[in-house]
Amino acid sequence: MDSLLQVKDLGFSYDGSRQIFRDINFEVLAGEIVCLLGPNGIGKTTLLNCLARLREPLQGSVLLNGQDMASLPPRSVARVIGYVPQTLLPSFDFTVLEYVVTGNAPWLDTFEKPGPEHYLLAEAALEQMEISHLAQKPYTRISTGELQQVSISRAIAQQARLILMDEPTAHLDYGNQLKVLRLIKDLSARGYAVVLTTHNPDQVLLLDSKTAVIDHHSIFHFGPWQEILTEELLSDMYGVPLRLIKVEGINRMVSVAPGL
Amino acid sequence: MLLLMGIFISLSLGRYSNDPSKVLNVFLSRLGMNVPVDPAMDSIVFNVRLPRVLASVMIGAMLSLAGAVYQSVFRNPLVSPDLLGVSSGAAVGASAAILLGAGLATRQIFAFAGGILAVFITSLVPRLLRNRSNMMLVLSGIIVGGFLSSVLAIMKFMAEEQTELASIVYWQLGSLATILGRELWAILPVFLVCSTLLLLLSWRINILSFGDLEARTLGVNLRQVRTIVIICASLLTASAVSISGTIGWVGLVIPHLSRLIVGSDNTRSMPLTILVGAIFMLLIDTLARTVTSVEIPLSILTGFVGAPLYALLLYKQRTRLE
Repeated sequence: MDSLLQVKDLGFSYDGSRQIFRDINFEVLAGEIVCLLGPNGIGKTTLLNCLARLREPLQGSVLLNGQDMASLPPRSVARVIGYVPQTLLPSFDFTVLEYVVTGNAPWLDTFEKPGPEHYLLAEAALEQMEISHLAQKPYTRISTGELQQVSISRAIAQQARLILMDEPTAHLDYGNQLKVLRLIKDLSARGYAVVLTTHNPDQVLLLDSKTAVIDHHSIFHFGPWQEILTEELLSDMYGVPLRLIKVEGINRMVSVAPGL
Repeated sequence: MLLLMGIFISLSLGRYSNDPSKVLNVFLSRLGMNVPVDPAMDSIVFNVRLPRVLASVMIGAMLSLAGAVYQSVFRNPLVSPDLLGVSSGAAVGASAAILLGAGLATRQIFAFAGGILAVFITSLVPRLLRNRSNMMLVLSGIIVGGFLSSVLAIMKFMAEEQTELASIVYWQLGSLATILGRELWAILPVFLVCSTLLLLLSWRINILSFGDLEARTLGVNLRQVRTIVIICASLLTASAVSISGTIGWVGLVIPHLSRLIVGSDNTRSMPLTILVGAIFMLLIDTLARTVTSVEIPLSILTGFVGAPLYALLLYKQRTRLE
């Protein structure tokens, strides 16, 4: 499989002196899911933002299809990488379709406006997410779960091949959390690579994905979850005892707290 | 259509004569047709009413469009085009010209320069502080606007009460009573160039209204587009204000009204804003010069009409604001 994104010796600092993270190396292949785990404030979102080129790394580089992202125009990056923020903060009541069609922005010239074919792309994206019925609704008046789907639809309309998601389950109830995980799994099956941050190690097991961990000593681990996640690492990282147990009947590993 | 009809009706109204057929004849004769013409009417229509009517249309369009753009870029539907200090800068400029005893033309140039200078200073602060976020720009606008208000207050304090102070106050209330064709030609290029650019960018302005993070992840050259857009909107405001004085409410209410009619997508709401703004200002200015025997300053009327209208719009949208 071809490597979509390569992260080489990446390091970041907000002020140039206090290092948030350093020496981060991994790659993301097409169609692959990578879950970013780590305790609060360790820099998961910052790392994700470096991958989206929202932040300039202090050391190292991010290669997109083999090219250093820092040297690419923003438009070229946006043609490959879609970003689903943790929350959308709508200030005007655009309809869902008007919102999703803006995914075409990296494919249009600055003075160009979307034509019928771009609206078709947006409608197709809504269909893929099975939310075509929301197309004409103002996106200020739909549920948080639906808003998350709208946001993913836009990344699809953007024709991105890698979708970055910042805690996609953070503001959702339990049912919607699982639905979003299902969507992520579907996206990966259709060839989209997905990198997401999460606070819940059990989601990694549910997605059965690769994981990237920044532990609380700021040491970086990367690989299939089976090779990385251990009870010691998880307990140490979150500062509470955690168990990895195979549950008979559903035949999968779960990450649970043995008690309080 | 509505706008053209409005223009014609407005041209027919005035102190000299209110006969639409005479006005029609004046136009037909200028087009080479052989109709009876009242020469005084011809002079009034072309030298007095037409420049004024066109000015009101243009200024209404400019202020409304600038307001729509500011609201989108600053992601706040409560913002008006003087957010970055254009109006206070223009007021200081105009007042300085009044205190210096300069003529009308100088006053306009000073007002324009003051407005642009104010926005420039506002945009300088985030650069100096190395924080180019929108919030910093807004805060900087508040700082500059507040400072200029004090400068204006000093000028008013020093002004000769009967003459200079009255002029400053009158300028701040806005009026088109002294408008000349020459002034129209001065702001026409700004109007054409800036409106065209903004309309071309209207879809990108949608994206700017999602906020910096989303705009950047969609590959928009944020700094470039935002700079062009803010410069255009500020030029529009400064040019309008420089010939009419400050006029409140238009830039705030009209974009709201347009969004209520066609939705938030700027590719549709911005052209409508231009049109509605033009009609609104035409109406206001026609009222200003015909309702009483004295000219009513424009801001008084825009306040009387605009504030209740805004309340009405909020009432209609009440369920959407939560």
